[in-house]
Amino acid sequence: MLGRTANGIFWMFRYLERAENTARLLDAGFRMALTRGAEEATEEWKSVITTLGQRSRYDALHGGEYSLYQVCNFVLRDKDNPENVMATIEAARTNARLCRSSITAEVWEAVNEGYMTLTELLARPVRESNLGAVLSAIRREATLVRGATYGSMLRNEIYNFARAATFIERADNTARILDVKYYLLLPSLAYVGSSLDTAQWDTVLRSLSAERAYRWLNRGQMDPRGIAQFLILDERFPRSLSFCYIALRNNLADLARFHGHEGRSHELMREADQRRTSMTIQEIFDRGLHQFVVDFIASNRAIADAIAEDYRFTG
Amino acid sequence: MLHCSKNWGMMSSLPRKSFDEMGEPGGAVREAYRAYHEWLQQQDEKWVRRKSAEAERFFRLTGITFNVYGADAAEERLIPFDIVPRIITGAEWRRLSRGIEQRVRAINAFMHDLYHRQEIIRSGRLPERLFRNNAAWLPQMVGFTPPGNVYTHIVGIDLVRTGPDEFFVLEDNARTPSGVSYMLQNRETMMAMFPELFQRVRVQPVSDYPRRLAKSLAACAPPSAGRNPVVAVLTPGIYNSAYFEHAFLADQMGAELVESSDLRVVEGRVQMRTTAGYQPIDVLYRRVDDDYLDPLTFKPDSVLGVPGIMDVYRAGRITIANAPGTGISDDKAIYSFMPEIVEFYTGERPILKNVETWRCADPDSLKYVLDNLSELVVKEVHGSGGYGMLVGPAATKRELAAFRKKIEARPDNYIAQPTLALSTCPVFTSRGLAPRHVDLRPFVLVSPEGIDITPGGLTRVALKKGSLVVNSSQGGGTKDSWVLAD
Repeated sequence: MLGRTANGIFWMFRYLERAENTARLLDAGFRMALTRGAEEATEEWKSVITTLGQRSRYDALHGGEYSLYQVCNFVLRDKDNPENVMATIEAARTNARLCRSSITAEVWEAVNEGYMTLTELLARPVRESNLGAVLSAIRREATLVRGATYGSMLRNEIYNFARAATFIERADNTARILDVKYYLLLPSLAYVGSSLDTAQWDTVLRSLSAERAYRWLNRGQMDPRGIAQFLILDERFPRSLSFCYIALRNNLADLARFHGHEGRSHELMREADQRRTSMTIQEIFDRGLHQFVVDFIASNRAIADAIAEDYRFTG
Repeated sequence: MLHCSKNWGMMSSLPRKSFDEMGEPGGAVREAYRAYHEWLQQQDEKWVRRKSAEAERFFRLTGITFNVYGADAAEERLIPFDIVPRIITGAEWRRLSRGIEQRVRAINAFMHDLYHRQEIIRSGRLPERLFRNNAAWLPQMVGFTPPGNVYTHIVGIDLVRTGPDEFFVLEDNARTPSGVSYMLQNRETMMAMFPELFQRVRVQPVSDYPRRLAKSLAACAPPSAGRNPVVAVLTPGIYNSAYFEHAFLADQMGAELVESSDLRVVEGRVQMRTTAGYQPIDVLYRRVDDDYLDPLTFKPDSVLGVPGIMDVYRAGRITIANAPGTGISDDKAIYSFMPEIVEFYTGERPILKNVETWRCADPDSLKYVLDNLSELVVKEVHGSGGYGMLVGPAATKRELAAFRKKIEARPDNYIAQPTLALSTCPVFTSRGLAPRHVDLRPFVLVSPEGIDITPGGLTRVALKKGSLVVNSSQGGGTKDSWVLAD
């Protein structure tokens, strides 16, 4: 396949994953706003914007005002925010068009129909009354594309680029949430058990759609170390860093098999794997959870860059 | 009675003298439409109207759109689709396809001759000045024979009808004819909307066109190609008005869709940058104009082509489809000589008629054209897409006067033709069926293995009442085109 097309596939799936993750993040913030006081809600909206890396742009536009209406519209559809969800969906579709001859009609139609549906839903400002519907539509459309991809695409390098991109984006998203919320997970006896903390932990889990799985595994109990262990190291949870990296490694291995040799991306992947598998959650805490997350985000980005280089995405 | 059932409003009055392909109001339904018409009369108009809206959604979903130049880059429009098919009988088609084949054979022989011995000039049948100063004629092609001696790998012949047996060629599109994806998707849409109809009426299939195209292109590969030639489609990119078609054809052929930035001349071959390094291309189906093909040979500022591709081409190490320089054969000034050209190279009388054409460069013709401007259609010699055109009978006095000035200033830039009473075919409007003018563009593939014509083609329809301009850029739509199986 063409390097340019591989690049298009890669970004198409990164953007789709990003749109979906953003919807989860807003959903968790929305719940916080409904169940807690104004002050906590404001803090939560602030952390949503920070997690998305859109803090300075938001503050420039809206100053210190963090309301549901303003945050959601800024994140979902504000033209002054070039990274809004609608623009992300549109970028995914443009990439799909660019790679139209490398994806099946089913995948294309899922992307295109999602784009049409969301264009209509986001044509007017989103209000509290329809926010839930909009957020679930975004997740549903992304799910349909994933299903079409899984069910109709040939298992060749195109598929591997699509999947590698998905897991790089997803790992980045999980790591960003941990980056912003790490302090909640630090072991500190003083906090444990307060209702404020359980709500905060719940929000962290919800923003990764992890609350149900975590509760089920822990019989309804919550503790910060257990949450960190679950989101970082549990290989069964599809948004944990470990899960993402096992999947990423498998897709990179397929690419190496297909091409007959490994590249810089495989080297970086091995290093990252070593770091991840050699540490227990205790060691991660001992060395500093925040530093771990910061390093992870940087090395994740380095792997993405190496893939683009190894497979001649741009030249 | 035709168009007069209680569900279907009366068809409004027909334009003067036009031949309606389904039948005259109050008259009998013509043979081609009999089975379809019988089916239609049994349908509920509301249901058909719903189907019409469904068809539009089907098009949007599959992304069959075209981009509009000059408009917002992201703007994609649908070409309106009409759900009443345009139908031709098997016998009519056989006669047509014989004529098309003859014409395409002549065009290829003409191209070879024009770039070699120029017998047609020597014989005095074609004046030399017609191509000497013509930008479409490429001196770089002189003395060079493309692989397989094929010049026009893909041709779209525009036909119009004026009576039961009266077909005229309006234009020979021998550069990069577009529209074939609409031929294919119109059929897919019709089959999705009206599956039961296709069980009642037997229609010759068009769906294997991409396979035939891939086979035809591969058969034109240069000798340097292996047993499985690598075919790629070259597109100017995602913002080109026909991008959808380029992507669609590449997808259907299993070929790579490449852009200029993917290509480079490496070790004397044109190669594309793949995830595993550069890989040679044997056949390039380019949807980029001659001028932009090679910045080293043609427009130096072109970013759509491949620097050095013409050298590789002349060394016989790639096939470019269509061959550079074929534009001369569909030039409007050459058009008027087509009957002579067909006769000269095939030794036969032309089966398809040419529309009578006055070349304004010729003083007698110019006088005639200016004297009869209000009756004629005047076209720019190098224009396309229905732009820069005067339809005399539809023009105002002021428009006529303005156009007269333009012709007088540059007579050699214009040709004129009589206003043909183009045939009509019913379209489905908000007030029931109404006749609208149509043309037909069949698609022809040429390879050393022969000339292959897909039954049917693209029917374009002028959706505005009385309009003769069918171009999609000017408010035209399309229809599914059926050739009945015998």
